[in-house]
Amino acid sequence: MAVHSERVQTRSPKEAKTAGAATEPAAATADGTPKNARPAGGASLLSRSTPYLLILPATLATAALLGWPLVKTGLISFQNLNRRQLIQHLTEWNGFDNYTAQLSSSEFWHTAGRSVAFTLLNVFLIMAGGTLVGLLLNRLGKGMRLFLSFGLIMAWAMPIVASTTVYTWLFDQQYGVVNWFLDKLGWHGMADYNWFGSQLSTFFVIVLLIVWGSIPFVAFNMYAGLTTIPAELYEAARMDGAGAFKIFTAVVFPSLRPFFLATTFLEVIWVFKCFTQVYAMNFGGPQRLTETLPVYAFVEGFGNQHYGTGAAIAVLTIVMLGALMAYYFRIILKQEDEL
Amino acid sequence: MRRSLIGRTWPNVIAVVLALFFLFPVYWMVSTAFKPDRDIISRTPVFLPLDGTLDHFDRAVHADQFWTMVGNSFTVTVCAVLASLAIATLASFAIARMKFRGRKAFVLIVMAAQMAPWEVMTISIYMITRDSGMLNSLVPLTIFYMMMVLPFTIWTLRGFIAAVPKELEESAMVDGCTRTQAFVRVVFPLLAPGLMSTSLFGFITAWNEYPLVLILNKQTGEGTAQTLPLWLTSFQSTFGNDWGATMAASTLFAVPVLIVFLFLQRKAVGGMTAGAVKG
Repeated sequence: MAVHSERVQTRSPKEAKTAGAATEPAAATADGTPKNARPAGGASLLSRSTPYLLILPATLATAALLGWPLVKTGLISFQNLNRRQLIQHLTEWNGFDNYTAQLSSSEFWHTAGRSVAFTLLNVFLIMAGGTLVGLLLNRLGKGMRLFLSFGLIMAWAMPIVASTTVYTWLFDQQYGVVNWFLDKLGWHGMADYNWFGSQLSTFFVIVLLIVWGSIPFVAFNMYAGLTTIPAELYEAARMDGAGAFKIFTAVVFPSLRPFFLATTFLEVIWVFKCFTQVYAMNFGGPQRLTETLPVYAFVEGFGNQHYGTGAAIAVLTIVMLGALMAYYFRIILKQEDEL
Repeated sequence: MRRSLIGRTWPNVIAVVLALFFLFPVYWMVSTAFKPDRDIISRTPVFLPLDGTLDHFDRAVHADQFWTMVGNSFTVTVCAVLASLAIATLASFAIARMKFRGRKAFVLIVMAAQMAPWEVMTISIYMITRDSGMLNSLVPLTIFYMMMVLPFTIWTLRGFIAAVPKELEESAMVDGCTRTQAFVRVVFPLLAPGLMSTSLFGFITAWNEYPLVLILNKQTGEGTAQTLPLWLTSFQSTFGNDWGATMAASTLFAVPVLIVFLFLQRKAVGGMTAGAVKG
């Protein structure tokens, strides 16, 4: 539909010209579109450049504020830039040294592996949880749905820095409510448990925080998607004797397949590059064991003042993200063609 | 459809448990902020603070440079969101309503920019800012926050503009408006919910930003250019186990966002154009 009407519009000035040449002013006035009323030549030149003028500010901003820092990250990654060079404004190129050092260090590969595992676990929990909550929202009565939505919105809107602080308090060793609760449940060993003392338990808190904050987005999208599935589809499936699980795999999932793909990739990208939750929770500790790639780049760069090394890690992270994003765009572009 | 009593009950039970799971951290933050210290430093948590106190808020508000940082946060966030709205309205109108060579490339760049890895670009942004002598200033923060929310703003506004029926604009043009007038008088007022919800998300992104301000504006004390996320994280390290004050600080930081979100969530989801064109 949209394509058709646009084509008609772009063609109309030409038609106006030919109509004018044929000296039929009555037809032009009866047609009445404003395009015909304007002088054809000047208007079409102006309207041809209009879209470019409209996107110009956005393009310039993106090139200067996003493009240049990206290029600059690349440039720094080929430099030997430490504390001394930083203070004295020295530029010392060192080729691929930063990269070879990183790619041959076990620390980098450990961190990369940890990042991948961390991302997969989070995204799996977010997608599974979000889908289930979305399905539940669709099944609830109005009052209950509002109540649950309220909870979801609160978790969703909670500023990340604030929720990170709150989680450290919830999991506080001495007076944290979680330890008290576990103790009451009969798990007395947890009464004075230090959650931030070991790698796995710190990750547990971080994952819980991220999943808690990310489920609402997926759940609301899922619910919005579910409301677009016609009721007849469910009825037909039920008439054919399908159970709840079968309805999900045969009706819901195929209808919302684009949604699942797009959301999963978005979450993968978001979690992979997530910084604040991981860093502000325990600053990558204990013993740098909860550093994911973005935190690793930050600590190497600013913490240890190896800016060149940090930039190289950043570039490697961006390359990984780029690969993920390319895959995501292939999915999105298929959908875009349908628009 | 008939379901057994159990079949009708379990979704509600799960819903209550889930709602509590999502609400509890928020509730715990607010309630801790109001509790007197003896209830916070207590082996048995107090779930309902009946003898509430405002002491913690008092301590939080009187922390060093608190009001400066409040001002900084609001200035940076509001300027960034307004600037990106202005730039994005132009661009999103172009991609929603016009056909031009390079449109697809532009859309792709916008979508890619939406996922820009700002978290790992801190090093180069630090270098750029330092070399232009702009460390400890609100200007680079505003500019980069504007850029952080710009792609999302363009993308969302595109959807809202596309949702305004073309016929409305065309009929305004038939009535003698130019295309600019048609946009300003017809499309723009209908975009109000879109602009609001978009600016809401932009506001939250900029309000929350942490890594960039952490390295750009290290200077504390008089006339600091730090924002509230830094105040909050440093609060925790300076005040240590003063959980009451820390939670009061978190509450002060979170409440504006929670209120704005609840309020605008409703307004943003409304079919303002419903019924404008009869099919």
